[in-house]
Amino acid sequence: MNRKQQTPQAWIRPEQPDTALERVREKVRTCIQCGTCTGSCPNAFAMDATPRKLWRLVLMGQSREIFESRTFALCSDCYCCTLRCPRGLALTDAMADLKQIAAAGKHGGDAACTAFYSAFLQSARRYGRVQETRLMARYLAVMTPRRPLMPFRFSGLGMQMIKKGKISLRRPPAGRSLKGIFARIESMKDGQ
Amino acid sequence: MKYLYYPGCSLESTAREYDMATRAMMHALSVELIEIPGWTCCGATAAKAVDRRLALAMPAVSLALAETVDSAADILVPCSACYLNLKQVYQIAAADPRTLAEINEILAAESLHYSGKVRPRHILDILAKDIGPTGILQQITHSLSGLRVAPYYGCQCLRPYRVFDDPEAPTSMDALLAAAGANLHPWSMAARCCSASHMTTNPDVSKELVFRILKSARGADAIATVCPMCQMNLEGHQGWISSCYGEDVRIPVYYLPQLLGLAMGIPARDLGLNAKSARTAALSD
Ligand code: SF4
Ligand code: SF4
Repeated sequence: MNRKQQTPQAWIRPEQPDTALERVREKVRTCIQCGTCTGSCPNAFAMDATPRKLWRLVLMGQSREIFESRTFALCSDCYCCTLRCPRGLALTDAMADLKQIAAAGKHGGDAACTAFYSAFLQSARRYGRVQETRLMARYLAVMTPRRPLMPFRFSGLGMQMIKKGKISLRRPPAGRSLKGIFARIESMKDGQ
Repeated sequence: MKYLYYPGCSLESTAREYDMATRAMMHALSVELIEIPGWTCCGATAAKAVDRRLALAMPAVSLALAETVDSAADILVPCSACYLNLKQVYQIAAADPRTLAEINEILAAESLHYSGKVRPRHILDILAKDIGPTGILQQITHSLSGLRVAPYYGCQCLRPYRVFDDPEAPTSMDALLAAAGANLHPWSMAARCCSASHMTTNPDVSKELVFRILKSARGADAIATVCPMCQMNLEGHQGWISSCYGEDVRIPVYYLPQLLGLAMGIPARDLGLNAKSARTAALSD
């Protein structure tokens, strides 16, 4: 594509069009960069790019900067931005889109989150329900080689819960497995 | 009154006392709960972080199963995260037939179908609207007077759907607690996110949010919550957080049905309160 021949608005187009980003871009197309999302986000203090900046990067198709940032991984689904955006944009959904693109392996993503989500879904797929203490055990087994101090922080909580009689080590009670559902979705995979 | 009941995974393991208190309180209020047979995980925050279709199909399985019991009924959901996931599919069924068809194409793998009739409702919605402060008041035998409670709503029972309360400045729990005789702790953190989904994966972020909330609850005797994620996040790491910030921010965090149940004269044991700290023992005397 020859940049000189582009229309005046073309600079908001990506240099290398990223089709995965298309559905996100569609959601934030009318952003006016007012910053209400950033001002409302409880996690903005820990994000490298603020939510407002992230939407700008999405519109500009800056995939590398978007997926190298921790911004979308740090969205905790609180829906404050969605509620307050003066343009009525579905911003929490747009954050989820970015998480999904990262999870599909098209880009990086947060290692701890990926390990946790996959342990969670494995359990749900097999038993239909998730048994949280087993899930934590599996997650810590994956993460400990990377973050050796992690189990210590949770051991306090674990002891506390054993004392309170909260922890049950039995298998999740009979739901139904979700294997059929997972398999059907696998077979449908193509453009989310 | 009769509701279908979706406890969700937490209420079978780390939040067992929320399940006990909910059942005991509803029984005392003569409300019948019919647990959805074979219900499955709603996907929590994991499914929507990984796959769009999974995030739609997982809650839809339980909605479809509920319709096989009674398609005209409402589902009572105590967990705010489960509630939001089920509610999202319910909303889509009403507004977006194409996505609903796609969901049903997936459900067909298990010979299930969701028609969009059965409606999920948060327990706070049912307590505030169907039973109401007057309904609670009629059952009070042990007033909570003298107990100062900070009502904590969190995020997902309030947002993004405005159903039973103001998502910015909620008051539904206040009226119920007041009916039980409790004093209310005035604070601005009632609808702030506690970042529960990050406590496992990004604890340094989560601890900051929890610290702010706990600090603002200072002066209250307890926090009341309506979500198992919030309860564990706000209570489970208090020792660690107090030592990180060099400030003691410890405070018990109870489920709303536990507090209302106590005021209704339900034995602490039946509300799962024996499993709690020494301060709770004092509370239930
Ligand atoms: S609140 Fe909405 S319009 Fe304002 S910057 Fe954020 S996304 Fe854009
Ligand atoms: S939904 Fe996510 S991005 Fe929006 S305010 Fe909450 S944490 Fe921030």
